[in-house]
Amino acid sequence: MKRASPLSRDLIQRLGFSLLTLVALVTVIPILAVFIFIIKEGAPALSWEFLTAMPRDGMRAGGILPAIIGTFYLTLGTAIFSVPLGIAAAVYLSEYARENWLTRIIRIAIINLAGIPSVVYGLFGLGVFVLLLKLGTSILAASLTLSIMTLPVIISASEEALRAVPQAFRTVSISLGGTRWQTIRRIVLPQALPGILTGVILGLERAAGETAPILFTGAAFFLPRLPGSPLDATMALPYHLFVISTQVPEMPVQIQYGTALVLIVFVLGMNILATVIRSRARAKRQW
Amino acid sequence: MEPKRLNWQEFFIPRLVKASGYSAILFVALIFFFLLREGLPALGEVELDVLFSQRWYPIEAHYGILPLITGSLLVTVGAMLVALPFGIATAVFMSEIAPRWLLEILKPLVELLGGLPSVVLGFLGILLLSPFLRTSLDLPTGLTALAGALLLGGIAVPTIVSIAEDALDAVPYSYREGAWAMGATRWQTIWRVTLPAARSGVLTAVMLGIGRTIGETMAVMMVTGNAPVLALKLESIFHPVRTMTATIAAEMGEVASGSVHYHVLFFIGLVLFLISLAVNIAASSVVFRSKKRAERVLS
Repeated sequence: MKRASPLSRDLIQRLGFSLLTLVALVTVIPILAVFIFIIKEGAPALSWEFLTAMPRDGMRAGGILPAIIGTFYLTLGTAIFSVPLGIAAAVYLSEYARENWLTRIIRIAIINLAGIPSVVYGLFGLGVFVLLLKLGTSILAASLTLSIMTLPVIISASEEALRAVPQAFRTVSISLGGTRWQTIRRIVLPQALPGILTGVILGLERAAGETAPILFTGAAFFLPRLPGSPLDATMALPYHLFVISTQVPEMPVQIQYGTALVLIVFVLGMNILATVIRSRARAKRQW
Repeated sequence: MEPKRLNWQEFFIPRLVKASGYSAILFVALIFFFLLREGLPALGEVELDVLFSQRWYPIEAHYGILPLITGSLLVTVGAMLVALPFGIATAVFMSEIAPRWLLEILKPLVELLGGLPSVVLGFLGILLLSPFLRTSLDLPTGLTALAGALLLGGIAVPTIVSIAEDALDAVPYSYREGAWAMGATRWQTIWRVTLPAARSGVLTAVMLGIGRTIGETMAVMMVTGNAPVLALKLESIFHPVRTMTATIAAEMGEVASGSVHYHVLFFIGLVLFLISLAVNIAASSVVFRSKKRAERVLS
């Protein structure tokens, strides 16, 4: 076998590294470009009226207040159902469950929940919450649908946060006479809180940006008033962006970009919040 | 101390917590059950040879789901051809080559893309990507399978990058040191040691990327032109197609509940559910098996 000279090995490595660097940059730079572009195009549309007024003229003028409020309600509704359930499930998996086949089935179920296409959640929500439980197309039905979709994200992140709490903390608490639940509530949960919070926010961020699950469970095409009860349908930012970019002819582009920007700010705001919580907690952590 | 309240808590809370844990199984079962209940009647109402015919035109009772299945497959394969090389190369770059400071920039950026609502990407697809494709490739319309594949590739990249990067990071450092000590260059080490050692994780990334892609709805509905035609030839990538997800999303709103059309749409949902089930179980069994193998090797 002919041995390649060290020089050519070096050359190959240098070429290879350059290629990989190039591909990585080609992958990442468009991401940055997309954000900068939307900010640049959307910023001129932003005004006090745009954020606080009702849509007018078949959504071609006025503001997007009902969509902003609607997305806020949906996110809140999702949090009400998915956060307690998700954290409780994570506590079970991390603190109580034994490693047996049943626990493994729970884990497989969680992985599968995370993988189910969002539009299938929409079908499920339509079948169960809208039709069977007769909640109608409503904030409640949409929130419940989004909650189930968000659950696996919250469970996995919270479980990871709970497991990261050192075992010694639990041992000490138990040895001082604390019961299992006291240990969890006063020691483990507070220590894991920042991690749990990060996971919760990232889960809700996904719910806030989703369109397919709310299409037939709670989203209204056009509703020039604010929803009055959880049983009302509502406009929502992602669905509104879909509507004005595909269903409304002669839609001013500026309003489309403005809506996209508001949606991104909403979603990214949550993302940044999560990142800040995570890094601050890391700095303060005693273990 | 309040011993009575304590007993109450110690009794109920573990049970409540346990029930929450099992709720995940309950939800998957419920979803499956409902898809079966609403989707299976389609098999009785529509002749099988109609259901698996080439024509989807529900107004005239043509419920052929083949064009929708081929549409989904075409877009997914296209998306993977985009996302795999870029995603895995980015993961290798981030895990093996990038200096720390660059990593601190790249990682949040990829996460940011993961958090971007797909409807925003669809919106940009309509406004920027499809006009660009139309003019540069001289097509009658830019709303094609290609546009869908490109967008979906972008959507799958964060999934692939983060899972593949975790897999590469999990390869023990001593493997690399061993290779270097034998005189291998860093490049050779990446290709012959690190990547092969991380292969099951990378495979998981690929599978979950496929799962994510085939289930994507909004972006794909907005840019693929929504024409349910059988897509079997290579040129189909330059024509409009219609995926399974987009069909459900576009038509479910206008369908009377309990009608044949309604049942067929649920049947398509059932097919999607089973695909995602298969992909995820396969992916997690790969992880499980490789974990076992690693334990054997290390013990």
